[in-house]
Amino acid sequence: MSTDTPSRSDHSQMQVGSGDDVTFDEATAERLLQLGISRRRFMSYCAGLASLLALPQSVVPRLAQAATSTTLPSVVYMSFQECTGCLESMVNSFAFGGGTTIDNLILNMISLDYQETLMAAAGDQAEAQLLSVTAKSGYVLVVDGSIPARWDSGYFISGERSGVARFREAAKKAALIVAVGTCASFGGLPKADPNPTDARSIGDLMANLRISKPLINVSGCPPIPEVITGVILYYLSKGMPKLDSLRRPTVFYGDTVHEDCYRKESFEEGPLARAFDDANSRKGKCLYMLGCKGPVTHNACSRVRWNQGTSFPMMSGHGCIGCSEPDFWDRLNRNNEKGFYIPIASGSGHSRGLPCNTCHDDNGDDDD
Amino acid sequence: MAATPNVIIDPVTRIEGHLRIQAHAVPDGKGGGTITDPGLSASTMVRGLEKILQGRDPRDAWAFTQRICGVCTVVHGLTSVRAVEHAIGIKVSKNADYIRNMMIGAQYVHDHVMHFYHLHALDWVDVVSAMKANPTSTAALARINNGTYKPNNGALPNAAYFQTVLSKLNNLVSRGQLGLFANGYWGHSAYKLSPEENLLLVSHYLEALAWAREVVKLHTVFGGKDPHPNLVVGGMPCTLSSNTGTVNDDKGGTSLNTAGLATIKTAVARMKAFVDQVYLPDVILVAKRYKEWADFGATAGNFLCYGEFPDPALVKREFTDGAIDYPAGYIFPRGVIWAHAPTTLAPFDEKKVTENVAHAWYLGSDTGEHPSVGETELYYDGPLPDQGRNPDGTSKYMLDENARYSWIKSPRYDGQPMEVGPLAHILTMHARGGTANAQPTDKLVRGYVQKFWINPTAQGGLGLTFTQLNSTLGRIFCRVLETKIIADQIAGRAAGTAAYAGWYQLYYDNRAGAYWNPNTFTRLQQPTLWPVQVGFGFTEAPRGALGHWVKLNRVSGLIDNYQCVVASQWNAGPRDLDGAPGPYEEALRGHVLANLKQPLEVLRTIHSFDPCIGCAVHIVDPDGEPLVQVDVNHGVGSTTRVSGMSCA
Ligand code: SF4
Ligand code: SF4
Repeated sequence: MSTDTPSRSDHSQMQVGSGDDVTFDEATAERLLQLGISRRRFMSYCAGLASLLALPQSVVPRLAQAATSTTLPSVVYMSFQECTGCLESMVNSFAFGGGTTIDNLILNMISLDYQETLMAAAGDQAEAQLLSVTAKSGYVLVVDGSIPARWDSGYFISGERSGVARFREAAKKAALIVAVGTCASFGGLPKADPNPTDARSIGDLMANLRISKPLINVSGCPPIPEVITGVILYYLSKGMPKLDSLRRPTVFYGDTVHEDCYRKESFEEGPLARAFDDANSRKGKCLYMLGCKGPVTHNACSRVRWNQGTSFPMMSGHGCIGCSEPDFWDRLNRNNEKGFYIPIASGSGHSRGLPCNTCHDDNGDDDD
Repeated sequence: MAATPNVIIDPVTRIEGHLRIQAHAVPDGKGGGTITDPGLSASTMVRGLEKILQGRDPRDAWAFTQRICGVCTVVHGLTSVRAVEHAIGIKVSKNADYIRNMMIGAQYVHDHVMHFYHLHALDWVDVVSAMKANPTSTAALARINNGTYKPNNGALPNAAYFQTVLSKLNNLVSRGQLGLFANGYWGHSAYKLSPEENLLLVSHYLEALAWAREVVKLHTVFGGKDPHPNLVVGGMPCTLSSNTGTVNDDKGGTSLNTAGLATIKTAVARMKAFVDQVYLPDVILVAKRYKEWADFGATAGNFLCYGEFPDPALVKREFTDGAIDYPAGYIFPRGVIWAHAPTTLAPFDEKKVTENVAHAWYLGSDTGEHPSVGETELYYDGPLPDQGRNPDGTSKYMLDENARYSWIKSPRYDGQPMEVGPLAHILTMHARGGTANAQPTDKLVRGYVQKFWINPTAQGGLGLTFTQLNSTLGRIFCRVLETKIIADQIAGRAAGTAAYAGWYQLYYDNRAGAYWNPNTFTRLQQPTLWPVQVGFGFTEAPRGALGHWVKLNRVSGLIDNYQCVVASQWNAGPRDLDGAPGPYEEALRGHVLANLKQPLEVLRTIHSFDPCIGCAVHIVDPDGEPLVQVDVNHGVGSTTRVSGMSCA
């Protein structure tokens, strides 16, 4: 398996290999057993994860070690102008599937040392926890939500500190910053026209504040559950992933959702769905005329699918709204109109429902 | 009054959004004290969503409002969809209503379970005490409390199972990495459960995490993803697959194939099983140990419910008979309960809803306006952040109840603050249950309240009074009760009391029917057919009454004005011009704290409302100053805007 190119032909969820061919040390196996997880089940999980991340199987022992080391990597998760959808998504990603539950990422593979929606501590005790975990270097700082540019605007205050101050302090000793969701990655909804609170993406704010730290954008509104945890685990086991020009990991964001969409044949050859619930909709024909933004949206929805491979937007009959792209709320389509039900412009390489070729290039920049 | 607050929680954690609580407790000289006046509840984050909505295509509004909150994602989207449908006069099909009911219902079950275990439980459950539990006795307790629940790889829990949970906790401690459990109020004198009870609930905390990701698959099949599943004005975007088998490049099809329908059925069964076997008995267990909490946390006693869960069976002919215009068919009735008559359902009049900004950071009406005309502008004049603390450790950032102090506006009904949410749902059902209009589910509610809440302890009840439902404990109890009603309504109830086939089965039998009203997109171009000036959409969200008002431009067809008055705004809002406190604030009066530095008791009551603060904050712009220029060239008469989208 190559390092960075996921298999295009695989439309199903991540493949779970048996993992029997991989071994790791006894101490690790012992620790897992204590947690009620059999070696076989764990290896099959790691193999599946490696396959999802398009990693060579040789990385599996490293994943296993990262997940069972005596000291788990510290993750500090901070929320700003957000809706909690990103966290909900991450909570849904707890791996291993089925069976017992003493087996999720948050309690087994990382130490989630600060997360306001889930943590036991409140008020001053929560603030003390934040100060103590960010006093040591090397944690991964996960951020969701945009941040108002001006500290004195009053648009975001928590623990008596502005969003700007909270972020700047927390970023100081972070080894890596992961912007989860389109709000954090690109400004998202708060930044939608007319951006009433002067909201900024994490990357833009870092530039303003002259913070130079490695940054990964995991965009999507919200991102796919497995993609959020996948990116964190990739970093912990193998370091920085390859990023596209928008700092998104190419392993998940290298292709458009259109490229792996099972409706693509009718995109090229027709017939197209013209209304929700029409005969072509029931047959699973292309949703281009109903406004699908799949051809200009880089994400893994049609490949990884959502919620353990259950479905994805086009499979459930609605076009892609383009949620992993910058400024998707204000995207201009045909006749320069905004709207999720307005077909993308022919300038994007698409004449009205007819075949096109320009949307299939792999660097996939939005050529609108 | 206005004594300097000495009880401050900021940030309030284990909620959605950003909230600060201040209160003053009269010290008892032993480190504790009593809160004698209402507290202060302040939201400290704003995004300005309603302003962003102006000038947008009304078909898109659901996606914007959905992002008001990723926790109650479905209800905000659907409220918007209903508001636009109301504005343009479009009815939806039976299937659309069955699916919407299931999606809202699944949202309730998912939300309420996660609220109890992941947001609220740690106020009652001491994780450190759980580490002293005996696994064998815990297994025995589990069999008594949770009967047939089999979390142990499909087997009943045994000592080994609980030993694994213990090892898990021990691992956190021996590593010195407590993670999410770090720095809680462990060992606080207000914790009362035995170590075994604590361990049992910690195990269910973990089980509920895995359960949750399974039940959201209902949203994924119908809406393509969760959180933020897709919706559409005029019905549902999903439709029955022409191909019952695997969806692929060759055979095509949709998520509503045999496998997708089976996924939904499994999710529905899992919801019901978890509520019956775990959530309900666990709440009763906690309630028995913390009965005194039926004496704290009361609000003024006024409750409001917009009504929810229409009965799709009442639709006679698709797209002509309204599906959401007949209150008789709602599971949760539309109506108002006033404090002086807690068992009487008074009628609700949408015109009596007002919002005022006397204590909120907006310029606008201090006395209150109807949301359809309410227009306000961001105006922060609160204290500056980032100033550090005084030398004695007290805050420099202090909010003043006599000034503006929150990003939440104060909604009022007939001039009164109202509590909304589970307590309102149960009380309105209970009240209707005593009338000629009683629904079968109302009678079930009356039975459950009697059995679990009022019956004496000798008969297995809690021995509490009906009036005590207005309390911290009552709120928790009503939440689990409505969860049971809804889970059963989706999954069906067997012969006996109130037999019902269930929304899933009724939908399944009708699955070949219509999902979307094909007139929807053309109707958007026909303003002469729009029946009202302002569309009103509502749902009863898991946290209570949620209303959106939308005014469409009759030339451009785009949104002129959009207003949301949401559940947590009713509950978490600040004082009004008369100084009447909002429900959170009122509920804190009378709390006795063991330790002012560890205000666990305050958290218990605030969490009992299930705060969702992202929801509560929103704005629109001042009259006459549209921030988005409406382009009249996108006029309704223009064929380019929506004609390509209408039905062939
Ligand atoms: S990216 Fe989307 S899901 Fe995430 S916080 Fe922003 S609005 Fe919510
Ligand atoms: S336009 Fe959308 S529905 Fe059509 S093939 Fe591309 S991604 Fe799939």
